[in-house]
Amino acid sequence: MAVVPLRLHLSFTSSPRHVSRPSLGGLLPSLSSRSFFSSANNGPPEKGAILNGTPPAHYAAEDSVALPAGLRRELMPSHVAVIMDGNRRWARMRGLPVGSGYEAGARAFRSIVELCCNWGIRVLTVFAFSSDNWFRPKVETDFLMGLFERGLRDELQHLTSAGVRISIIGDVSRLLKPLQVLLADAMETTINNSRLHLIIAVNYSGQNDIVQACQKLAIKVKDGLIEPEEINEFLVERELETNCTDFPHPDLLIRTSGEIRISNFLLWQLAYTELYFAHSLWPDFGEDEFREAVYSFQRRQRRYGGQKS
Amino acid sequence: MDGKRNTILFKLFGSSISYMRRCLFSVLSVGPVPNHLAFILDGNRRYAKKWNLGEGMGYRAGFLSLMSLIKYCYELGVKYVSIYAFSIDNFRRRPEEVQCVMDLMLEKIEGLLKEESLVNQYGVRVYFIGNLKLLHEPVRLAAERAMKATSNNNNSILLICVAYTSTDEIVHAAQESCEDKWATTQSSANIKDSQDGEEKDTDDVIKLSDIESHMYMRVAPDPDILVRTSGETRLSNFLLWQTSNCLLYSPKALWPEIGLRHLVWGVLNFQRAHPYLERGRKQP
Repeated sequence: MAVVPLRLHLSFTSSPRHVSRPSLGGLLPSLSSRSFFSSANNGPPEKGAILNGTPPAHYAAEDSVALPAGLRRELMPSHVAVIMDGNRRWARMRGLPVGSGYEAGARAFRSIVELCCNWGIRVLTVFAFSSDNWFRPKVETDFLMGLFERGLRDELQHLTSAGVRISIIGDVSRLLKPLQVLLADAMETTINNSRLHLIIAVNYSGQNDIVQACQKLAIKVKDGLIEPEEINEFLVERELETNCTDFPHPDLLIRTSGEIRISNFLLWQLAYTELYFAHSLWPDFGEDEFREAVYSFQRRQRRYGGQKS
Repeated sequence: MDGKRNTILFKLFGSSISYMRRCLFSVLSVGPVPNHLAFILDGNRRYAKKWNLGEGMGYRAGFLSLMSLIKYCYELGVKYVSIYAFSIDNFRRRPEEVQCVMDLMLEKIEGLLKEESLVNQYGVRVYFIGNLKLLHEPVRLAAERAMKATSNNNNSILLICVAYTSTDEIVHAAQESCEDKWATTQSSANIKDSQDGEEKDTDDVIKLSDIESHMYMRVAPDPDILVRTSGETRLSNFLLWQTSNCLLYSPKALWPEIGLRHLVWGVLNFQRAHPYLERGRKQP
């Protein structure tokens, strides 16, 4: 299952394609010791610094970016969801520690956030950490949470000025207190932004989301506010954690690394979503791969069970 | 004389094909065999258009493919087969088309109950899964008769999802969970009043297990593979809850074109991914 820390640093390039080359070590000097914690011990580079000549991320003015060939702006999906799978495999294939995979994944994540802003996609939901991922070794989950916290701290101001609104879905009560405070602060600081709504699923389970929505309705039944037979799909949807957005249903779901399953992500919300399974591992998923996914989406016929339009 | 010889040759040919298929399944069975296969029967109308067939003929062709595929599944050793026969969303199609499908369903459900039918041959228990109150009355009654008539079969299970969507199933499960919980709370409140006991608020909260126990699909384990034909890659509100960790397979063939090779390919993919899927399932 994909676990991507949000170490969204300004100094990394917007295109992650170069990271698959053998000279990766030059881009990630902190990994020379090959220990799991190597990048964490060296700490994040200074905010705004340019590392090895790579430029910072560029959020162009809305509608000023020409779309890649073949894509049509009027058919752009409003909401894209991503399962960022394959970071650990990416690292193993290169003989690198797992942490490098997560860092490379973070670069890919930044790139996709930037592309979504520039292409006019309204909502991006990413599966950062599943409730099933707690069964990984504690040293790994602690490392990830640390990277997530540091990355969010570094990137928050930049995202705020770029017009990105951040929302968190999932059960954050299991996270450490400082991270909970940071997440709440990030949501509050960016609440009025409207260019891109970035929803990060942390300790999230699609089934638990549905259960908590049903529990809220059960409490309303108990309090006499509604009758059991009045429970309908609209009421359940209103209680799901994705009620923070006007577009709760993804139009397109992308899962990388060739695995073809949903893995307990947004189950209710994916009822009519077009699914796209990419063979690339997440750190290798760049503009070309994203363009291909959106192009595939734009060619599909969506009938919602009814007549062909 | 020639006619009799042709019949014998035809039967010999059929037996050889059947024998080779059983050999193939024996080889496949060396690896893990999926316990539950689910199918979204997509592409019937496109098939009819492709071959210039009349209204409804695509569905009839699809039914023939369905019977073959179910037979192959049970021969392979798959215990549960689920099919998405008719979605609640499909009621939005033209009334003539909906009526055509209802008529075909009624005809085929009644056919299921005949002695020589596949369900009796393979000892299949049939469930009709969905909001059956939405069906036309004759179809609903036939479905209930079929479920009752096959209730003693226990070799395999066939789950036919009609008037079904996953979101409707979840809403229904939530409604029933609340009604059950409310009834339990009321009766235990009466007992507490007389015993002056302490109140336990946590018992009032519905849990994941409550939802699952009220799902229409509670009679079967979660599917191992979900197959959607015609190359479309979406779930269309089918088994959203149950396919959380299920392998998805979307061959480009239209539903009436589906065959043994697609089943074999799906099973091989399942066997390749099986260790990972098992690890995911074992985590509580």
